[in-house]
Amino acid sequence: MAIRFTINGDETTLDVDPAKPLLWTLREDIGLPGTKFGCGAGLCGACTVHVDGVATRSCITPVGLIEGQSVTTIEAAGADPVGHHVVAAWCALDVPQCGYCQAGQIMNATALLHEVPEPSDADIDAAMAGNLCRCASYTRIRAAIKDAAQKAKKA
Amino acid sequence: MARTSLSRRGFIAASLLAGGGVAFEFALPLGRASAQGMDATPITAFVRILPDNRVVIGGKNAEIGQGAKTMLPMLIAEELDVAWDNVTVEQTDADATIYGAQSAGGSRTTGREWLPMRQAGAAARAMLLAAAAQEWGVPVSTLTSTQGRVLHEASGRAAPYATFAAGAASQTAPDPVRLTLKDPSAFRIVGTRVMGVDTPAITQGKPLFGIDVDRPGMLHAVLETCPAVGGRFVSANLDEIRAMPGIEHVFVIEGDGQAESLLDGVAILSKSWWSADQARLALQVEWDTRAVEGYSTQGYAKCAGEALDRGPEKTVLDKGDVATALEGARQRVTARYAVPILAHGTLEPQNTTALFTGDAIEIWSPTQNPESGRALVAAALGLEKEAIRIHFTRIGGGFGRRLMGDYMVQAAAIAAKVPGVPVKLLYSRQDEFRRDFFRAGAWHELEAGIDAAGRLTAFRDHYVTFGVDAEPSRGAEVAAGIVPANLLAHARIEQSLIATNLPTGWLRAPRSNSLGFVLLSFLDEVAQAGGRDLPALLLELLGEEARTIPGSGPREADFQTGRARGVIEKVLAMADWAGRDGLESGRGKGFGFYFSHAGYFAVVVEAQVTGGEVQVPRVWAAGDVGSQIVNPLNAEQQVRGAVIEGLGQALAGQEITQADGAVEQANFDTHPFMRMDAVPEIEVAFVPSDNGPTGLGEPALPPVVGALVNAVFAATGRRIRKLPLREEDLV
Repeated sequence: MAIRFTINGDETTLDVDPAKPLLWTLREDIGLPGTKFGCGAGLCGACTVHVDGVATRSCITPVGLIEGQSVTTIEAAGADPVGHHVVAAWCALDVPQCGYCQAGQIMNATALLHEVPEPSDADIDAAMAGNLCRCASYTRIRAAIKDAAQKAKKA
Repeated sequence: MARTSLSRRGFIAASLLAGGGVAFEFALPLGRASAQGMDATPITAFVRILPDNRVVIGGKNAEIGQGAKTMLPMLIAEELDVAWDNVTVEQTDADATIYGAQSAGGSRTTGREWLPMRQAGAAARAMLLAAAAQEWGVPVSTLTSTQGRVLHEASGRAAPYATFAAGAASQTAPDPVRLTLKDPSAFRIVGTRVMGVDTPAITQGKPLFGIDVDRPGMLHAVLETCPAVGGRFVSANLDEIRAMPGIEHVFVIEGDGQAESLLDGVAILSKSWWSADQARLALQVEWDTRAVEGYSTQGYAKCAGEALDRGPEKTVLDKGDVATALEGARQRVTARYAVPILAHGTLEPQNTTALFTGDAIEIWSPTQNPESGRALVAAALGLEKEAIRIHFTRIGGGFGRRLMGDYMVQAAAIAAKVPGVPVKLLYSRQDEFRRDFFRAGAWHELEAGIDAAGRLTAFRDHYVTFGVDAEPSRGAEVAAGIVPANLLAHARIEQSLIATNLPTGWLRAPRSNSLGFVLLSFLDEVAQAGGRDLPALLLELLGEEARTIPGSGPREADFQTGRARGVIEKVLAMADWAGRDGLESGRGKGFGFYFSHAGYFAVVVEAQVTGGEVQVPRVWAAGDVGSQIVNPLNAEQQVRGAVIEGLGQALAGQEITQADGAVEQANFDTHPFMRMDAVPEIEVAFVPSDNGPTGLGEPALPPVVGALVNAVFAATGRRIRKLPLREEDLV
């Protein structure tokens, strides 16, 4: 079945099983491996992308549901006016340890900052608690979100 | 390249690159490390200097987030004397005949590589200077270097390293032990805060990990194995699965009965991993589970309790006269503790890509232990080790899980059924829990004698864990050199074993992650019974005068009491331990100290207990891992990560349970790890000492859980003797 949506700004039409999760469509059919598989059940957040700007767990989102919508992945995070600051803060603070969860963390943090430009600790806890970092880089994730918020405010 | 010529002797060869740069290749003896009786295999690193004077340094070790891919090249670049901004790091392949040890385990990388990696950089620099001396017709002793340039002060001449590439290529290799290394006061890279070399690529979603490997014509595989580990394949609806859309191959993998090699299973191959995994939903396998279905959580607890009642099967350590010392004690403290089975939960599921070509196999794998995997693959497929080529990828979390090579063997066995076709095997999250190598469960009965002054005088620990034939299973042993046994005149450690079908393995700080909780909580009980606090009790055992207590075996580091005292006194000051009585009601501070993996760590945890809920607002950690922190930016993360992992083991509800031989947990909802909203403020301090640098991946973890339960006791008066901590333990 042909499904049409926008991926990182480009219109695409794919002939794919509509039940196939967006995660596997991105990785296998579109060639964007930055979005990661962690749990397959929406429990770890490693697969987080934006669908029409909303942080979405792509491992439990059938691609058929995003017909006509706009998907942004980690590969285009730096092109987003807020995401640009998030990526820069992630590098400045050297947030990643193993790095596997960080695509999801960055996408989730960017969505948070679009919604709440100057998040409190409680806002960050509430928004980021769904994103597991097995290495526990949480202290720097929190600091990087605040750093990005400051930079985005000045920009 | 003649690999066999890279012998265990010091050896350096330089050869011209096609592009006009020079490549240095090193196999250096381990000098100091081998003198300590550690792994004496030679190592090799690559340094390339490109025509534009950029430097490419090979990162030779597994990168699991512990920072090796950045840290080892930092050591080379330091002595090579180049600007870090001018360095590009490339991951090398896995090949012990060229690079020596490349594993990530036991927090051993820093100690093992500190000297050889610096020698590798210094040797390359020496060859460049020798070439410059010849070209300029001046004595080499009149030359110096700075930031990738050779200088001749007398004449004012200066030129970039690249100028001397050809000349350096023809230099004779210097003897590494005669190289002059920098005094640490001259370090420009080591000790500075250096960003991970892959951080930019990670934040851009570049393919770095094993799961990202993509080969032309590649098929994806899932492997279904028995839910009860060790169950044998009987039959399955294979033809039905073969007929499903998108399925390319379905076949039975015959196991060899070894979990670390091959278990019976059914492999499903497709051009899409998702399609293969979907087909698995329709797969119906009959397993023969008669040999394993009797194992359960309740069964282990019952057997362990009976073993503790019955008395020990074996004595592991017997110092002095424990029985008499206990009888003569003014007071005796006895308690039983229980520690659950845990899973690793690496966020990147196990995976490996393999291409079998009849008489050889090429493997791409996120492994912590490539040579172990190579040996297992060679044995399983009947191949020579030389016929196995292994490419390293970045690794999405290790924690000891990827020291095992099972996923490499499984991928290789599947690929061997479809010669010429690359196959990527990827575990689902359920597979991760079904085929882990678990942290062993443990049950302890401890006893201590206290004299009239409240001093600990005798100690006995009867521990029960998994094992067969008097041998504890992997990662379940108790080291005889543990504190307090190594500090007392009268100490005994006794062992009994119970059976399991679960394969066990190494989880970050193996043995110590379990013992830290048991020993530190019990010692806190002893201290309270004697009317004092735990740090006072430990400082007294350590004594005022610094001394060295030999490790209990060839792999155990010596214990230096002065270093233990140093970190304990440091953390007590950081955490205002003396002022802890001023905490509000429901709050308490707990202390822990542990020595493991050659590192000394003391931790204070502050806990707030409200009803049945424990929150941890703050943690203080002080560590001594030698004279030099190579990359403080990463080092702080290692300690924070270890602290949070330890807290999560106690507070997040982690426990693997079993029924009918099968693990009952299948994902992060039932075996949770700590999340952002539970993370405390963590203050980290390093206490430098005049000892060689050692590793940091593990030693900060073991004291954390003990300090936490001691804080809960301080806050509530309730003693936690079983993990994980449950609400009913508090209200």
